[in-house]
Amino acid sequence: MGNLLTAPIAVDSSEDRTMILNMGPQHPSTHGVLRLVLEIDGEVVVRVAPDIGFLHTGIEKTCEAKFYQQVVPLTDRIDYISPMHNNLCYCLAVEKLLQLEIPERAQWLRVMMSELTRLNSHLVWLGTHAMDIGALTVFLYCFREREQILRLFDDLAGQRMMTSYFRIGGVSLEPPLDFFGRLRAFLKTLPEKIDEYENLLTGNRIFINRTKGVGLLSREDAISLGVTGPPLRASGVDWDLRRDMPYSGYEKFQFKVPVSTDCDVWARYVLRVQEMRESIKIATQALDGLPEGPIKADAPKIVLPDREAMKTQMEALIHHFKIVTEGFAVPAGEVYQAIESSRGEMGYYVVSDGTAKPYRVHMRNPTFATLQAIEKMCVGRLIADVVAAIGSIDIVLGEIDR
Amino acid sequence: MGLVTETDENRDAVLAAHADHRAIAALTQHLPGAIQNAKYDRGELTLTIARESIIAACKTVQAAGYNFLVDVSGVDWYPNQPRFQISYHILSHSLKQRIRLAVRVGEGDPSVDSITGVWPAANFYEREVFDLFGVRFGGHPNMRRILLPEDFQGNPLRKDFPVEGYR
Repeated sequence: MGNLLTAPIAVDSSEDRTMILNMGPQHPSTHGVLRLVLEIDGEVVVRVAPDIGFLHTGIEKTCEAKFYQQVVPLTDRIDYISPMHNNLCYCLAVEKLLQLEIPERAQWLRVMMSELTRLNSHLVWLGTHAMDIGALTVFLYCFREREQILRLFDDLAGQRMMTSYFRIGGVSLEPPLDFFGRLRAFLKTLPEKIDEYENLLTGNRIFINRTKGVGLLSREDAISLGVTGPPLRASGVDWDLRRDMPYSGYEKFQFKVPVSTDCDVWARYVLRVQEMRESIKIATQALDGLPEGPIKADAPKIVLPDREAMKTQMEALIHHFKIVTEGFAVPAGEVYQAIESSRGEMGYYVVSDGTAKPYRVHMRNPTFATLQAIEKMCVGRLIADVVAAIGSIDIVLGEIDR
Repeated sequence: MGLVTETDENRDAVLAAHADHRAIAALTQHLPGAIQNAKYDRGELTLTIARESIIAACKTVQAAGYNFLVDVSGVDWYPNQPRFQISYHILSHSLKQRIRLAVRVGEGDPSVDSITGVWPAANFYEREVFDLFGVRFGGHPNMRRILLPEDFQGNPLRKDFPVEGYR
């Protein structure tokens, strides 16, 4: 490893050739508040030291003071670009602790919404990444389609971004009547729109020159540095949790996992665009095959009753009161549940001591680990390539700092 | 509460029931005695490793095919002793299997060897545990706070640190 990620870069560097450049925390291309301390020789990067924590809000500590069901809205706020992945991962972890079976319709809805979230997240990534590199138009196009997804979320859950749609035991609401029709129409038009973005970027010489051969990360480095998701697959590792360790019924869906051995920013771009096309396929399969049935598990002591039942049945009212005021006890134990989020492996490590509040919730967020690879990607390259490399790992500081 | 109540019979029963598990087979062969505790719960294997053997244990499971370090995190079992548990989540791409190694660390000397030499990915995670729990990782190349400011007092994820208000 040499001197990677070691001691802080001192301003009075003994090497007179190099100088220190502060990039961020307010640099527009650092996607949030990331500070990179660059040691540069002319315009060539010699060392990179990421400085994070500007968005730290202590969510893990806050979780310990909440009931299990009250943690769900907190998880939205960790990665605000793909909130439903956080919801899903947390709910799956608690359901594993409870050994709770989820009805099939809820599982399929979860898959459908997860893929829609992935599309949403990749659209934001594509727009901002292209904008960082100088292709401004793509941003406007991507946000046009993202707006449609957010409106669908709004109709579904009553919130555009912080949906909290997945709950422990199922999903919160049955989708409104015209929802599936609108979703189908949207999914039908999306491939053409992706063609549009590709027309703007894939043959664009400036974009190719800015991305091909930039931000190289070898297969060995990717594995040893904990890189997951599209950057890992772009480095030639054929690994996708949706296919290899399926959760929430993903084993019932057919999709391809794009892999590349180019290891550069370009490969990560190509992979994510292909992933968007696969996500459309998965979401369409979920629409076509969506089973009928309940959307919440039959567990009255854990899942809140229907409004109707609560107002007409004594038992339902008691359960409602008890869940809201006392929460529900979760058997002692520890679980680690991982899902493939838009950025890579998202994992929730939940420890229960048998009470109604989680003893410990730890989020393993993908870009926290992937950020460690930034030095490997940038050393020996120009400062401008740092911007391309940051964009290519699809960094979200909310999930890094928590 | 927690892992402290488990006994040696428990451990031996779990080890015997999963003797063909790759991680257990490798650890019992190469590092006999290093496994202090074993738990198989909800489909997840947790092996508690003696504190001084964690680097050797990581190298052993890495050689056995568990090639990817996913996560390092801490749990504070206050007021139980030993107080801290450091959990290492390790994944095998080829076996499609996860294991959890755990190390218990006492309050008097909250430190454990860093595994950054085995998996450089542990770097940020160990800094995070150091930052939020105050457990030191010996041999870590840059043992400084990562999320909180350098001048912050205390370790917020310790159970005796209040969620709100003043300390």
